[in-house]
Amino acid sequence: MFQTAIVIGASSGIGEHIVRKLAARGTTVCAVARRKERLEAIAKDWPGRIHPVVHDVRDYDAAPDLYDQMLETLGGKLDCFIYNAGVMPPVEESEYNWDKDRLMMEVNLMGAVRWFNLAAPTMEAARSGTLVGVSSVAGDRGRRGSPMYTASKAGLTATMEALRNRLDRYGVSVVTAKPGPVRTDMTAGMQLPLMIEAHEAAEGILQLAERGTGSGYVPKTWMPIMNVIKVVPSFIFRKTNI
Amino acid sequence: MSVQPALERPLNQLPRRVFDGFGMAHRALSPFLTPTSADELAAIFQRAAELETTVAFRGSGRSYGDAAINGQGLVLDMRSMNRVLSWDRETGVIEAEPGLSIQQLWQRTLPDGWWPPVVPGTSFPTLGGCLAMNIHGKNHYKMGGIGDHVQEIDLVTPAGEIHTLSREQRPELFHAAISGFGMLGAITRIKLQLKRVHGGRLRVAQWAVPDLRAQFEAFQDASRFDYFVSWVDCIGGGAAGRGQLHRATYTAPGEDPMGTRTQNVAGQSLPKTMMGVPMPLVPTVLKIFYSSNLGVHFTNEAKYRASTLGSTADYYQSHAAFHFLLDQMPGFRNAYEPGGFLQYQPFVPAENAERVFNEILRVSKQRGIMSYLGVLKRYRPDDFLLSHALDGYSLALDYPITRANQAPLYAMLHELTELVLDAGGRFYPAKDSILRPEHFRRAFGQEAITKFRTLRDQCDPNRILRTNWAARVGVDEG
Repeated sequence: MFQTAIVIGASSGIGEHIVRKLAARGTTVCAVARRKERLEAIAKDWPGRIHPVVHDVRDYDAAPDLYDQMLETLGGKLDCFIYNAGVMPPVEESEYNWDKDRLMMEVNLMGAVRWFNLAAPTMEAARSGTLVGVSSVAGDRGRRGSPMYTASKAGLTATMEALRNRLDRYGVSVVTAKPGPVRTDMTAGMQLPLMIEAHEAAEGILQLAERGTGSGYVPKTWMPIMNVIKVVPSFIFRKTNI
Repeated sequence: MSVQPALERPLNQLPRRVFDGFGMAHRALSPFLTPTSADELAAIFQRAAELETTVAFRGSGRSYGDAAINGQGLVLDMRSMNRVLSWDRETGVIEAEPGLSIQQLWQRTLPDGWWPPVVPGTSFPTLGGCLAMNIHGKNHYKMGGIGDHVQEIDLVTPAGEIHTLSREQRPELFHAAISGFGMLGAITRIKLQLKRVHGGRLRVAQWAVPDLRAQFEAFQDASRFDYFVSWVDCIGGGAAGRGQLHRATYTAPGEDPMGTRTQNVAGQSLPKTMMGVPMPLVPTVLKIFYSSNLGVHFTNEAKYRASTLGSTADYYQSHAAFHFLLDQMPGFRNAYEPGGFLQYQPFVPAENAERVFNEILRVSKQRGIMSYLGVLKRYRPDDFLLSHALDGYSLALDYPITRANQAPLYAMLHELTELVLDAGGRFYPAKDSILRPEHFRRAFGQEAITKFRTLRDQCDPNRILRTNWAARVGVDEG
């Protein structure tokens, strides 16, 4: 069990459930997201245990001060850090949209890098902690549907692996959680295979975090599927609709 | 998108790093800057005062304990200030910036027939770090510390002044800044006299000695040689302190059959294997043996046996191979992972050294807290204010730190520190993890410390300069 945690991307979907589940397990959580009302509504259910922090992950320069404040709120000790912020604006066939692509890279990847730059050294110095990145099955291959979503998640997966290689020797667990499709605001109206509910995804991610597993799919069903997809040769993969 | 200049940013917007001591037992997360000039340093001091933060200097991070880390402020990585400002191949006088490493120094000067007069057991330390600690080599009894060969330095202080210091110009500050562990300002220029050599190799001999008594007897002859050092087995053998001695002498002109052919970088290559094991793999192999006292007993036994069987005849060895044992095994400290190790190096006056070192070895053995390595060296006194040097000996010890032994290890070393201080002993900031303020006072003397504080009032009135070591030993307190 974690005594303290910071969750980035905490106001809805998977993040909201992660925060609620952590609070229910007795963790003091700083819940970070853009939407103040939603955060406050969640915090109201767990007064004193969930601390709402309003922040847009693209406001990179604001992160250090917020981080210092949150560490103070948590008594200077950070057991678990979860980066869950992510966006996936719908991208049409043959659409090339700088605004959407940039948004995905800034939120899904650059935001993660900004926050890991703060949390990772704290854990390295403390020789303990669990750093979690919520990536996606989409990061395992370049997909035609949303090239930059897959790129941002592939970047996040590689970042997590690099941090794991860097921090393992210092007793810090670095966990890559790779959910498949999850029913959230992000996927509203989409019909996707093996879709699970947000609370199920949150539970799966927390279990990976608690075990300190290096990298895992949520649900596990994705493991054999992705192991096959990952080895499909490019000349075949490009003919598919994945 | 423009990037805000580092000096204008708040502290928490600066790049950060977890800086550790070389023994891996001390570490601190700090924002850091990489100054490239004396002007930049002066600006950093000013900015640090505005931000009400502190500053520590760091070179290559070779101090074993907490002397180059700062858990409450900035760290300045000085390695970018590494220019050679002038080099006179006739007189052997070099002027350089503080970030120049010993390796960069000798690589520049050896082809011209000059070698640093004092080098530590690794070539990575920077000149700035070497002066801050007034480092010693295996020849202190003959050549003193590196400070003895410094002709002049420039010191940039947080008070906003630049002093040129020498034995003639403000000698009191010169003798305090060298061995002042970075607490009086940044040394930004060093003028150093090097030693003339007549080849790339030293004439070396080794022999085994059965106990500590024999070690001290052998050291009586040290003055006949240019270098003298002994490995001490702290674990094995019936009597404590058996080991292997090495002595070395500079070659006379024309003496070395290789002539000056090894007097260059290529001629100073380090051995590729140790006892048949490729050097890069040595830490991994050592780690297996270092996982228990028994394993170390085995390696020490092998090393001792090899030295008793080995030839005692003279042989030639390159300067680098003789001096820089630690550099031959990249990542050797990893053999002590995960807990790291604690380097403990008491300096004891000659008349008490054998008794004190015997007692240290006895207590360590009795408590089952073994030093995996012991190195015995000889010293002479010097004129520096907070000097670790004295007419005596030091025994450098490496104690591995584990979860189980941590508390008893520190307790034991605090007890032994009392013993060392009672015998008139001293300690060395670059290798200290133990001293408390009362120890610091006794080791360096209240009078010297008061003088140092007066200079600190002049050079750093707002107490901008800070390291974890200086804070721990109470440089400014009491």
